[in-house]
Amino acid sequence: MPEESYYRPDGLAHFADMGEAAPELWEKFSAWYGAVFEEGALSEREKSLVALGVAHAVQCPYCIDAYSRASLEKGSNIEQMTEAVHVAAAITGGATLVHGVQMREHVHRLSM
Amino acid sequence: MTIEYLQASTMPEPRRAVGERRTGSLRSRTHALADPAAQRQLLAACGPTLSFSGAIAAAGLPPLRSLAIDVMQINVGKFCNQTCRHCHVDAGPDRQEIMSSAIVDQCLDRLAASDIGTVDITGGAPELHERFRDIVEDASALGRRIILRANLTALFLPVNAGLAEFLAARGVEITASLPYYLAQQTDAQRGRGVFDQSIDALRALNVLGYGRGNGLQLNLMVNPVGRFLAAEQSGMERDWHRELERRHGIQFDSLYTITNMPIGRFLEYLQDSGNVEDYVHALAQAFNPATVPNLMCRSTLSVGWDGRIYDCDFNQMLEVGTHRSAWQTIAEFDPSTAPGREIAVGPHCYGCTAGSGSSCGGSLT
Repeated sequence: MPEESYYRPDGLAHFADMGEAAPELWEKFSAWYGAVFEEGALSEREKSLVALGVAHAVQCPYCIDAYSRASLEKGSNIEQMTEAVHVAAAITGGATLVHGVQMREHVHRLSM
Repeated sequence: MTIEYLQASTMPEPRRAVGERRTGSLRSRTHALADPAAQRQLLAACGPTLSFSGAIAAAGLPPLRSLAIDVMQINVGKFCNQTCRHCHVDAGPDRQEIMSSAIVDQCLDRLAASDIGTVDITGGAPELHERFRDIVEDASALGRRIILRANLTALFLPVNAGLAEFLAARGVEITASLPYYLAQQTDAQRGRGVFDQSIDALRALNVLGYGRGNGLQLNLMVNPVGRFLAAEQSGMERDWHRELERRHGIQFDSLYTITNMPIGRFLEYLQDSGNVEDYVHALAQAFNPATVPNLMCRSTLSVGWDGRIYDCDFNQMLEVGTHRSAWQTIAEFDPSTAPGREIAVGPHCYGCTAGSGSSCGGSLT
């Protein structure tokens, strides 16, 4: 018996099950998803690095697994991938910090 | 990238042991996988669902048969100055299997009797074979295209003084292995210090006029440093041109990606990390029927160090011979035989059909 967890390692293998109750929506998502990652103004390698950063920002374990591998396959190295994670961390950290402006507004409004 | 691709890429895997570096050939370590039969057995144990001929049939394609032979690929032996971790040949400095002078003569005789356009010289390190220059000289006199598969370090060993100039004078194409444009990844696979020596060699080849787009072809052979699939070739070629120029001022012509074959020491690496089945299944899952028409086995005559003929270098290392109806040795090889011999296949063949496909000349689609 696998250990109980919200995230099962084989979970992504069942991703397509999402198509069972809404096949048309799944088909549209799949086609769109595939098109997004095709070589365009950004290379496939660059898109994988963006995805890797976002995967960390949204803390999706499936996406982190998938785009760590995809980034290697597209020719990225661990230095580039680590920098991508730092970009994600800087933005998420900065997003928290910039809300301090709201905190300060409240403080000024509520204070004498 | 598709959803199916993403799913295939995230199979649960145990963590790799860090810092473990095997040295020496499987043979020198008397490892069980030194025996090709043990390798075949391990691959076969990956499951009956992995029938390659079954996948060909399911794709609506006829069984694999040979076309006209374009390439005579001569493997002059397993002797090499390097012991790369992924080597499907299990080559190394301890290997004694080296093509005899008599077999070299047979190859050259059969080459002269045929109109095979390309001679592809591989090993081991072909530059360390005592008849290497003879092979080049003869094939060059016959007007054939010559490709040397080089590891970039053997070519400039003191014993080979003047060899690079000799090759340049005869227009020999050099296809050089370099798995990454950084030292860390390259040395992890090929041995400490190999990256720096490889960069020196590439610079020296550039000085001789190689890789500058004026006829002296210098191509790079890139394979993943790990158990993931080879990258999309054109995007990678662009990145490598930029990085090698920027970091080292090095120029080259084309970049070829090749998938690591679950054979030899790469198979050992997969076995050690408990990933043989996962890797072979990942290759099978990425089966792309569009690669089949261009598979190199269909147009290659692969000659082993002992003169035996195979459908490709991978079959050669697994000791899977040509179909019994075809010639078995280079001495028997009759260039006037009509094409159409049945190609011997196995689970490892998924290595050449995965994704964009893989060959000694890079991707296939």
